[in-house]
Amino acid sequence: MILDSKIPAGPLAEKWTKHKFSSKLVNPANKRKYDVIVVGTGLAGASAAASLAELGYNVKAFCFQDSPRRAHSIAAQGGINAAKNYQNDGDSVYRLFYDTIKGGDYRAREANVYRLAEVSVNIIDQCVAQGVPFAREYGGLLANRSFGGAQVSRTFYARGQTGQQLLLGAYSALSRQVATGKVKLYPRTEMMDVVVIDGQAKGIVTRNLITGAVETHAAHAVLLCTGGYGNVFFLSTNAMGSNVTAAWRAHKRGAHFANPCFTQIHPTCIPVSGDHQSKLTLMSESLRNDGRVWVPKTQETAEKLRKGQIKANDIKDEDRDYFLERKYPSFGNLVPRDVASRNAKYVCDEGRGVNETGEAVFLDFRDAIKRDGRDVIEQKYGNLFDMYMQITGENPYEVPMMIYPAVHYTMGGLWVDYNLMTSVPGLYALGEANFSDHGANRLGASALMQGLADGYFVIPYTLGDYLASIPPKKVEEDHPEFAKVKAEVEGRIQKLLSINGTKTVDYFHKKLGKIMWNECGMARTAEGLKKAKSEIQALRKEFWSDVKVLGANEELNQSLEKAHRVADFLELGELMVDDALNRNESCGGHFREEYQTPEGEALRDDENYAYVAAWKYMGEGVQEELDKEPLVFENVKLTQRSYK
Amino acid sequence: MKLTLKIWRQKNASDKGGFVAYPIDGISKDMSFLEMLDVLNEHLTEKGEDPVHFDHDCREGICGMCSLYINGKPHGPQQTTTCQLHMRSFNDGDTITIEPWRAKAFPVVKDLVVDRSAFDRIIQAGGYVSVRTGGVPDANEIPIPKTIADLAMDAAQCIGCGACVAACKNASAMLFTSAKISQLALLPQGQVERKTRAEKMVAQMDAEGFGSCTNTGACEAECPKGISITNIARMNREYFSAVVSSDNL
Repeated sequence: MILDSKIPAGPLAEKWTKHKFSSKLVNPANKRKYDVIVVGTGLAGASAAASLAELGYNVKAFCFQDSPRRAHSIAAQGGINAAKNYQNDGDSVYRLFYDTIKGGDYRAREANVYRLAEVSVNIIDQCVAQGVPFAREYGGLLANRSFGGAQVSRTFYARGQTGQQLLLGAYSALSRQVATGKVKLYPRTEMMDVVVIDGQAKGIVTRNLITGAVETHAAHAVLLCTGGYGNVFFLSTNAMGSNVTAAWRAHKRGAHFANPCFTQIHPTCIPVSGDHQSKLTLMSESLRNDGRVWVPKTQETAEKLRKGQIKANDIKDEDRDYFLERKYPSFGNLVPRDVASRNAKYVCDEGRGVNETGEAVFLDFRDAIKRDGRDVIEQKYGNLFDMYMQITGENPYEVPMMIYPAVHYTMGGLWVDYNLMTSVPGLYALGEANFSDHGANRLGASALMQGLADGYFVIPYTLGDYLASIPPKKVEEDHPEFAKVKAEVEGRIQKLLSINGTKTVDYFHKKLGKIMWNECGMARTAEGLKKAKSEIQALRKEFWSDVKVLGANEELNQSLEKAHRVADFLELGELMVDDALNRNESCGGHFREEYQTPEGEALRDDENYAYVAAWKYMGEGVQEELDKEPLVFENVKLTQRSYK
Repeated sequence: MKLTLKIWRQKNASDKGGFVAYPIDGISKDMSFLEMLDVLNEHLTEKGEDPVHFDHDCREGICGMCSLYINGKPHGPQQTTTCQLHMRSFNDGDTITIEPWRAKAFPVVKDLVVDRSAFDRIIQAGGYVSVRTGGVPDANEIPIPKTIADLAMDAAQCIGCGACVAACKNASAMLFTSAKISQLALLPQGQVERKTRAEKMVAQMDAEGFGSCTNTGACEAECPKGISITNIARMNREYFSAVVSSDNL
């Protein structure tokens, strides 16, 4: 199958403007005749639902949490990028575009990324107008900070809670539309499947998490804004409820899944403390503005540290290895995430890790506190330091933080064209749920940018183009396809409840997570991936014969919810392994040990792998088919990424 | 650590509910409180008993989904969210009592899970600036003094968990409501709808069945995000001045 990315012709800087003009419009009086379903209420979902309702469409918004304000976008800490050039430091739309393409290791579409950079400036205007209290300077204008992979300060922030403030802004816009009646909210409702009629998405099937009622909802278009799939690793910085179910069910109904092996391991997370651990906590990348990353120069010193014979502060400067500053003098501690993570792994593999498990490096604020004073550091990162103290019981103002990489974000996702439409007409994917803008590695502070760009400024235009092509006739839920899909969902629920095996859902999830982390995590090999594939298949078989899900469908049943999600992770995991195995190169977050430069950097193969790997579902237990969308670079030159 | 957990179990909204005691062993001081409950739930499931239901999601103290009234305090002994509470705050041999939020406006759904949609409806009543997407001025067009922006941010940090309501003997939602009213009343963007917002949000708060404020300050003391009670004073000023010069006559 040929995947048409629908990238408009013409010069890069004019593509989006031209495309908006050539897109068809729905006239204002007709908009009220179209129904749109938005699944997920994070940055992408809430902003899309609010903006579409403002235009006059009838929107139904769904989330599994008790309120749209809980979506996991809320946990984003550091900031949001925008090419405002308020700092007069040489930023521009083109520079943001270039940094993002390069940061993604040349595995994203030029046109999409340029559009993202272009609308980034509107996002900041929009959020300020909503009353988002961004950090300001004494003159009353907006403040900026720096993030990894950039040499300009273009990141806007609200203390260490930028995601929270942006989401509450989008949530307030959504709430306004709920009050006007243009949006109907369905909290504590989980999407279980998509309904496709004559090749077009026409609705969804949901489960009410309180009553267990399985319901159908019809619409002219369905938008999936359901986030990423990092929880396939069990331990990640994602929220406990974050899952792939909506995207995966869409995949099984015909939507291609692109680059599933592109996962981001974030360098600065609080290290794992034991087997009981349920999730990992991120310490914002913004900390690398002032914190210096180091380990002892020698294994012997590290050994003493691990045994508690010496303390970090006892180690003299000449015995410390500030390895990022040493290897990458021009970017220093602010190298992109994939580079920082990989280097932390290297020094720990060398036996220079600093905590009991040997899997941690220091992030030290001693010099910043000496330079700027404790007050300034507290102003910038107070809440993060408090969080660190709460979790570890140590005071980072006095001793260096300990950090280690953890799964944080997934660049892969549902394949979408330039209009954000998946390969199923009428079915869209926005935000982290799609694959489109970050290539093989996302730069810090770009996830918030993408979520809001998609929801506020892209989908309102591109959705109209599609809706204008279909008649405004009500989509009826009495079409037999709705009943058929509903019956399938109910059948699956009954199956899960009737297995009555011996092992809990978490048992399987943890086991899957270990396989994925060991073989499809920070470093991958063909041999390990092949092993992982057969292990996942065996685990999936065991799940369907021995999982224990208690209770009934007709009640709040958290085990049942989780069982559904883990069942889908067990299928996705295998596809991730297939994708990693197929991609015989290293790029960004995908690091195949067989393909590296002599210095241990990722070695791309542009000749053979400059494409989007889009996988097509072929049926239960059948090998998925790979469709390739070639990536064409007309504006940037592909080079070995260097941050030295 | 060895503990005894006294947990409120309630099958559904119409069930009467009651406490059940669960002994638990092998708890590490490094576990978070919710991880301790995860351990209990794994044991219960293995034994074929219905696991204890509780709300939680981000486990980073920011989504506001976790709740729990622990030993008579919302979010337990520390001024933080339950998900950030760690077992090192307890001692070996302790008995820990765990209840849901108790408030008329927060009905119990099951076990420790309550319905907090009343908070959403308060925001829907006016907790926003009425701007549409697009057509807004440049972000630096209106300078805002840093002190004002910081005060607005202090109020905006509310996570909507409902601890203030649970802490209050009157189950008042004044701290929650006032935090949003304050944030928007402080910022220039919120001026146009300032009066209407205060009137509508207060009216909705009352309609949901939350109690009134008697200035005991329990909400501020228990708020995991340190939202200040001065916001309530500001809300009262906003409300009264809105009522005497209402735009909605």
